[in-house]
Amino acid sequence: MAEPKKMALIASKGTLDWAYPPFILASAAAAMDMEVKIFFTFYGLPLLKRKIDAQVSPLGNPAMPMNMPFGPKWFKNINWPIPNALMAGMPGFEGVATGLMKQTFKNNGVASIEELRELCIDVGVTMIACQMTMDVFGFDKKDFIDGIEYAGAANFLDYAADTDIQLFI
Amino acid sequence: MSDIKVDQELDCRGLGCPLPVLKTKKAVGTMASGQVLRMVCTDPGSNKDMPSWSERTGNPILKSEEQSGEYIWYVQVK
Repeated sequence: MAEPKKMALIASKGTLDWAYPPFILASAAAAMDMEVKIFFTFYGLPLLKRKIDAQVSPLGNPAMPMNMPFGPKWFKNINWPIPNALMAGMPGFEGVATGLMKQTFKNNGVASIEELRELCIDVGVTMIACQMTMDVFGFDKKDFIDGIEYAGAANFLDYAADTDIQLFI
Repeated sequence: MSDIKVDQELDCRGLGCPLPVLKTKKAVGTMASGQVLRMVCTDPGSNKDMPSWSERTGNPILKSEEQSGEYIWYVQVK
């Protein structure tokens, strides 16, 4: 049998919206018989914590659609024209936006981050935590899920050098 | 072509990308070579995703059809 295709991902962001791409791509690639390793670094690292508390922030995402996850379809499809500066400055708005996004995803049959991460582990995706970021941010291994590796840039590059797909997310 | 013998059914209706492909892969993994899986989903993205998955993994799609917003796939286990 031919050598399986390989993919190397760097997950560098930890907001709810950016938590999706690495897990979706990794699980899909594994379902396509590819070997996958994800290197979690900087703000992507908390995605390996036992409890993921990723939030989404409208600040810095002015193109983010603001939809309501309830009511009839025409109502759900309204993109509410709330000025970004207003959303960003309103205390508690990130919690609201996170709740709305989670519900919208759920309504559309999109798995939660926790579910996708579990699926990735099921299908054999290797997850690597950046040791340096662990130390810099003062993270404790006991807060992280089991079965992950801890390594640095050289280890990632050694793997990525022999892969077919490399993405920085 | 209505004489395809289905060995296992998989309901992925209401699920979004990448779940239909993942669940299909999982189901195929539990089946024997030559058996046929009938997967139903409502994800329009499956129109492109399922053929790509099939080609990459080598599990052929014997037939596919669309019925009122549902996409039906007959996948043979390689």
